[in-house]
Amino acid sequence: MSLVNSSVEGVLEPILERYLRNPHHLMQILRETQERLGFIPKWAVDYISEALALARTQIQSVIEFYAFFYDSPCGKYRILFSDNVTDRMQGNTALLARMLSRLGLSQGQVSGDGLVSIDTTSCTGMCDQGPALLVNNHAIPRLSSQRVDAICTLIKNQTPLEQWPSAFFSVEDNIRRKDVLLSAELTNGQALQRAIELGPQGMLAEMKTSNFRGRGGAGFTTGVKWEACRNAPGETRYVVCNADEGEPGTFKDRVLLNSYAELLFEGMSIAGFVIGASKGLLYLRAEYRYMLEKLQATLEARRKAQLLGKNILGQKGFDFDIEIHMGAGAYVCGEETALIESLEGKPGRPRIRPPFPATHGYLGQPTVVNNVETLAKATLIAQNGGAWYKGLGTKLSTGTKLLSISGDCDAPGIYEYPFGVRISKILEDCGARNAMAVQVGGAAGTCLARHEFGRKIAFEDVSTSGALMVFGNNRDMFEVARNFTHFFKHESCGFCTPCRVGTTLLCNLLDKIADGKATSYEMNELSRLHQLLKTSSHCGLGQTAWRPVYDTMQKFRPSYDRRLQQKDFEPAFAMDAALAPAREIMERDDADAHLGNEL
Amino acid sequence: MNENTFVIDGTPIPFEPGQSILQAALKADVFIPHLCFFPGLKPNGSCKLCTVVVNGRPGSACTLLARPGIEVENNTPELNDRRRLMLQMLFVEGNHFCPGCEKSGNCQLQALAYELEMMTPHFNHFFPSRKVDASHPEAFLDMNRCIMCGLCVQASRDVDKKNIFAISGRGMASHIVINTPSGRLKESNFSSSDKAANVCPVGAILPKRRGFATPIGQRRYDSLPISTQTEFLTTRKA
Ligand SMILES: Cc1cc2nc3c(=O)[nH]c(=O)nc-3n(C[C@H](O)[C@H](O)[C@H](O)COP(=O)(O)O)c2cc1C
Ligand code: SF4
Ligand code: SF4
Ligand code: FES
Repeated sequence: MSLVNSSVEGVLEPILERYLRNPHHLMQILRETQERLGFIPKWAVDYISEALALARTQIQSVIEFYAFFYDSPCGKYRILFSDNVTDRMQGNTALLARMLSRLGLSQGQVSGDGLVSIDTTSCTGMCDQGPALLVNNHAIPRLSSQRVDAICTLIKNQTPLEQWPSAFFSVEDNIRRKDVLLSAELTNGQALQRAIELGPQGMLAEMKTSNFRGRGGAGFTTGVKWEACRNAPGETRYVVCNADEGEPGTFKDRVLLNSYAELLFEGMSIAGFVIGASKGLLYLRAEYRYMLEKLQATLEARRKAQLLGKNILGQKGFDFDIEIHMGAGAYVCGEETALIESLEGKPGRPRIRPPFPATHGYLGQPTVVNNVETLAKATLIAQNGGAWYKGLGTKLSTGTKLLSISGDCDAPGIYEYPFGVRISKILEDCGARNAMAVQVGGAAGTCLARHEFGRKIAFEDVSTSGALMVFGNNRDMFEVARNFTHFFKHESCGFCTPCRVGTTLLCNLLDKIADGKATSYEMNELSRLHQLLKTSSHCGLGQTAWRPVYDTMQKFRPSYDRRLQQKDFEPAFAMDAALAPAREIMERDDADAHLGNEL
Repeated sequence: MNENTFVIDGTPIPFEPGQSILQAALKADVFIPHLCFFPGLKPNGSCKLCTVVVNGRPGSACTLLARPGIEVENNTPELNDRRRLMLQMLFVEGNHFCPGCEKSGNCQLQALAYELEMMTPHFNHFFPSRKVDASHPEAFLDMNRCIMCGLCVQASRDVDKKNIFAISGRGMASHIVINTPSGRLKESNFSSSDKAANVCPVGAILPKRRGFATPIGQRRYDSLPISTQTEFLTTRKA
């Protein structure tokens, strides 16, 4: 009990104070509590519940919703191997097995001495430098056998994380092709000053002239969104930057946050100026926790430079500041209404739309939610004008697009292209000589086969939020689809029936195919589920979760067919194996206690 | 056509502004299958049974507002196929043993399965391990039957002002939790006269000692299909 008392005094109280006992900061309070205590004990839940006047169940449901919150000890060192298909292609399975055997553990188990646990997690956005893992939410990319062995030694010696070799934690930008955004050289505050000179309406006009569309996936015209928010009635307004970047294979926002944060924060301030907001919120995915301090330092420097705070750049009444909220491991929080729920300290279940965030967003107030790349580019538009921007790219897709390229190619990394670039050109540039398929737009995106490589990256052709994974000749596209589908199952929030149950059923069918127990019957079942998920799911996650299976079934059918049995139906379970418990009870294992092969 | 009218499967439906497609349809004696809507409560929009096609696009009838002139497809073989598929999903994801369930005959899930001629659950059962809580003197909770509709959560929070139920977890691990230190219902101020005790579409929240007061065979959906009980479905209190 005294331990609890001193933890309350020493740990919880300062955290609660810092967040002003504001229940909307529940996620941050829980995260910091866990960073201190290793997990969130029940007494802490009770204490926080009391302190924030929140139902215990709300705290419990938040802890149980997010993958990176733990209500029981999970090891002093918590290792999570990134398990995107690109990590698999880079050999994460063998490295995971190696670490498990070195430390004498099985996956998901906490070691007896409470020292370490090892498991897998969804894509951590290190695809160009995988395989990667997270140790206590800090990223270690470029894993090799040596690196895994070194990590095992550090763990065994209980070396504090701060003393691990800093080279382990160094994450590369790998910028391979720069265009207008990545080569921009702006002085901080310059674009914001331009926006102030133009005035909110003038700046909005520039945005609309540019015909610029959001880079988060849906491709909504940014000027129109800003205007809707500006015109919506409300007591106050918010700018939210979506840095959840959970789509497997996407890591361009990570590079913008790491090396172009000024452009982003300036874009948020410009958005705030246009819509009349005084507060901006950056929702940063938990996997990017390692950037938090650096981003906070950038914000602090901007405050000092009068680029944030009160009367920005001497403009009377232009008050704007930015807060960073960390996520806690949930892909669905990239969906804008789930993200807002999460910002409010709740599980990230998507809201019913309409109303849209532009009219009813954070705390019910008009809110603009934009992607990192969108906001960074708004800064360019403020600087150089809408007409200039409109001249880049294609008519329907103006400007440039950042692509995160990974998989079977010589030079994975970030490529900025004007919209309209052909897949074949991209593949040539990144040194993908034997590509058989590319997955554009992440797990939820489109799988293209070789005959489609002449197509273009653009909203009117192949639309993408920025991922492009390359698969060489020897890759098994069935396994690619199975990996993505398991991702969707893991990330389904569970709110609606088709996605909650449907993603599990899809996985069961694919696993049965992988086991060689499936027939054409399962193929028909997959098609039936696809129709349901697409039309009846509540949000984009379920509405697209069928795509990897559907695309690969259309385009890489042999990878399915060769696993199928040539009969009409095969049961999902083995009769004989199902009788094992009965044999055990009877203490028999003779031939007569087994079913013959004829069954 | 009247200004406040729209069309479902060719039939004109009058509506009052602010009504959802589902509310207006039920009022006009047109049945749309649904599970997570209860009259007087905010629509949850989670079960997706009520999915219809509005001017060519799919959407939930319980959350979409009726608008003049919209064309809604509802009772079509394709939509009913999908509804049957979702019912099968709900049956295999939980543990539903209708012959032994007190709610049989009064259960909306079972009634819809009859209505939509769901002959088998079709998929392999998941057989999840879920909680039963018989601690409270007035009610049983049997989470084996919970379909995650969220109605009890809302009723307890917004009507009863007790905030006893919440949905926790994620994906297939979603489950109802109880707002007491032990997580058991008996420590709460729950009562069988609460709204939350009377909205569950299935047999997951059951008042004690009322189980077989009405014998199976004489219950609400035993004699008349749910599709013919639209008036009850819009006016019911329990
Ligand atoms: C399941 C799901 C995940 C998403 N993840 C992201 C994300 O990580 N980052 C992002 O910017 N948008 C994501 N989106 C799209 C957002 O909902 C939203 O459209 C976007 O942030 C709007 O920004 P934009 O207008 O700048 O494109 C996601 C959508 C869905 C349905
Ligand atoms: S589609 Fe999936 S992620 Fe989206 S609301 Fe439904 S269950 Fe949640
Ligand atoms: S207990 Fe009943 S009312 Fe509550 S969520 Fe489950 S099915 Fe719905
Ligand atoms: S009744 Fe409409 S989604 Fe459940």
